[in-house]
Amino acid sequence: MEQILVYFYTYKEVIFVIALSIFLGIEVISHVPSVLHTPLMSGANAISGVIIIGGIILVGHADTSHISTELVLGVFAIIFATLNVAGGFVVTDRMLEMFKKKKK
Amino acid sequence: ETLLQFSYLLAALLFVYGLKLLSHPETARRGNIIAGAGMLLAMISTMFLHKNADGQGIALTNIWIIIISIGIGTVLGWYIARTVKMTAMPQLVSFFNATGGLASALVALLEFPHADIHDVRLVLVTLLGLVIGSIAFSGSMIAYGKLDGKIKDIRAGIMKYVNIALLILVLAIFVYMLVSGKNTSELSWELYVLFGVSLLYGVLFVMPIGGADMPVVISLLNSFTGIAAAMAGFIYNNQAMILGGILVGAAGSILTVLMCNAMNRSLLNVIVGAFGGGPSSA
Repeated sequence: MEQILVYFYTYKEVIFVIALSIFLGIEVISHVPSVLHTPLMSGANAISGVIIIGGIILVGHADTSHISTELVLGVFAIIFATLNVAGGFVVTDRMLEMFKKKKK
Repeated sequence: ETLLQFSYLLAALLFVYGLKLLSHPETARRGNIIAGAGMLLAMISTMFLHKNADGQGIALTNIWIIIISIGIGTVLGWYIARTVKMTAMPQLVSFFNATGGLASALVALLEFPHADIHDVRLVLVTLLGLVIGSIAFSGSMIAYGKLDGKIKDIRAGIMKYVNIALLILVLAIFVYMLVSGKNTSELSWELYVLFGVSLLYGVLFVMPIGGADMPVVISLLNSFTGIAAAMAGFIYNNQAMILGGILVGAAGSILTVLMCNAMNRSLLNVIVGAFGGGPSSA
């Protein structure tokens, strides 16, 4: 019990962030009309590309004096994450464009 | 450093606000652009403001590698997203989700050897990031193939047991890695086995699910990718990644349930029913 409390205290900020983000995520989209399900999924998918920050930090720390596995795979991680981000937002935009035309 | 944290806060707020606007028909398009701006801000501020633990910035040589990689990804992503046929969009979302999952898995794979095995929390979030990211990647690729008509449904009663066995195997590798007494850099063999098993699980998980249920599965896998990104956020103690990832994880989960409701199906029905457990309920 003592340990759990200590753990909670040590990571209280992170736990706050998690709890509030879960609540926000649920609250923000809970009243979405069903026509928007797919674009919203696509938009959320693009946001999950935040992993790109990890890729940037990873490659930023990598040793560039020689070509290492870390460097090569790190570069791939950035490319894949950017695909997720750029492709995700562009596809969402195209979907919504189509949606707007249909409405008129 | 303060400026970086402030940029992350702003980026996180843009994610939330963008997602909020995305859920209303009139403002959806603006919401998408706002969320995109948040991402751009997070990327640029990380590139130019991130400092190492010893207070030094990223070396300039690396900056160019990073910028070129981002350039390749952007051009490729933009091109694919612009040129694909309108009817092929759902599978494209799945494909992009797969790339995000793979990126998460790669980051976890590469960061693991740097972790201290005695830091159980760090080891666990890294391994979870690897497992969840890999499942999201291979599962999304299968979903992409199915929607594209390249992969057919495969249903076999035995798959249910294989899947359970794989999950137990993942747990066993987790426990083994933590109690083996070896350092993280000596556990590379085990790490790659875990990577492979997770990939296989993603494949077998989506394989039996019917094509009509694919959007629900993609939404579920999308929330997986979010959670994997959040796990990577814990590795770096990066608030923007944690918030963005958990936000997508939560929103994706709720969206999955909403989509099931819209189709008059329960989530359990989609996942379990597909294994031939219940009566076919299409």
